[in-house]
Amino acid sequence: MSSEFFGNWFLPGIWITLQVTFLSAALAFVIAFPIGVLRTNRLWIVRFLAGAYFEIFRSTSSLVFMYWIAFTVPPVFGISFQPMFAGVLALGITYGAYASEIVRGALAAVPPAQREAGIALNFTPFQRLRRIELPQAWPEMIPPFNNLLIELLKGTSLVSLIAVADMTFAGDLLRLVTNESAPIYTLLLVLYFVLAFVLTRGMRLLERHAKKRVGQAPEKTGLFSGMRAKSSIDVVAGTGAAK
Amino acid sequence: MNWNWSHVDDFMPLFWDGVELTLQALFFGTLIAFSLGLVWAIAQRSEKKWIRWPVTAVTEFIRSTPLLVQLFFLFYVVPQWGPSMSPLTTGIVGLGLHYSTYTSEVYRAGIEGVPAGQWEAATALSLSRRRTWTSVILPQAVRRVIPALGNYVIIMLKESPQMAAIGALDMLGQAQGYSQATFTYEAISVVGVAFIVIAYPASVLLRALERRLVR
Repeated sequence: MSSEFFGNWFLPGIWITLQVTFLSAALAFVIAFPIGVLRTNRLWIVRFLAGAYFEIFRSTSSLVFMYWIAFTVPPVFGISFQPMFAGVLALGITYGAYASEIVRGALAAVPPAQREAGIALNFTPFQRLRRIELPQAWPEMIPPFNNLLIELLKGTSLVSLIAVADMTFAGDLLRLVTNESAPIYTLLLVLYFVLAFVLTRGMRLLERHAKKRVGQAPEKTGLFSGMRAKSSIDVVAGTGAAK
Repeated sequence: MNWNWSHVDDFMPLFWDGVELTLQALFFGTLIAFSLGLVWAIAQRSEKKWIRWPVTAVTEFIRSTPLLVQLFFLFYVVPQWGPSMSPLTTGIVGLGLHYSTYTSEVYRAGIEGVPAGQWEAATALSLSRRRTWTSVILPQAVRRVIPALGNYVIIMLKESPQMAAIGALDMLGQAQGYSQATFTYEAISVVGVAFIVIAYPASVLLRALERRLVR
């Protein structure tokens, strides 16, 4: 495999993969908080609607949904957009549903007395959320978010199938051009592993910071420990119930 | 709105072929994932470092890399040294291998959830290692892991369309084939709805089961 090919295709591919990962993660994040909060709402109809969003996208195949956004929505509704936009939209909406479950679970795990204290202090519901519940629930969310971020990073490989030139797409193209599959796919797998590792380290720093802020002790961890966080709220594994 | 129901009717026979293939892949993939995952889980509990360490490293690697790339690897690279596999077989092996690394974590949690007293009781009764596993530990661990395992069956169903990328004619593969041959775009929607129709009731049933088993 010539280095020219690597520079021309793989490097931009890595960049595109990172872009898709962060844009989808940002979209998922923006969706997850309102939905997660609404799923703890007092009114059953609000809970039901927000819950329906979660249920629908948890039962949807993300790849089929991505194809649908990329190839069905444009002709049916007479609009057009870039494949990258379709990919980010599909991933963001799907993973936003998973993330909303994490937000809901973490909020549900905040001791009820905390909420009651807020009521006693005459806080508005929004103030309670902003000043009491979210700050305490936030450190709880980070380990499962980390797992979800790795799943999302893996999920970004699907955008190669709707003609977004990410790492996987570059690998495929290189295979067609050079007819050498072994080094290409080995390198590709290693690249994904390295990215996952780097993202995990970043999330761990975030967790330490978040725990310090609310006065919880940060745990000591080794180099490879907690590549997969063990947490009470695991959406990807388990049925997503906070134990 | 440009939507033509006749294309949907047209696609239906192909769709049912795809359903058959998807369910085949799911069934055999599940078998591999469940059995291989147990092997990983038991290997990771081994006292011998030279068994534990490589297995942990390999499962961690498989779990942190995309199924799609693994499928490409199995389909294009493995035949250079080993057997050539059909797209369906590759899909089954890929799904099974990928999700075995998830089920192994489930088993591990299940095994670790068995109270230490049970191990001690087995030792007190001087049961052999094998008897301890088969008659004491696994039967208790199984109850805990069934819901989580069931959840992975649903996840495997949802991820199985990635087989279409290596040419398997599952639900998505059939939809793509039909869409490209006829220059239409309705077929994908049928497949999307099919997934929801299968996966949602399954997850509702699973949660009911979980409430009965775990609490």
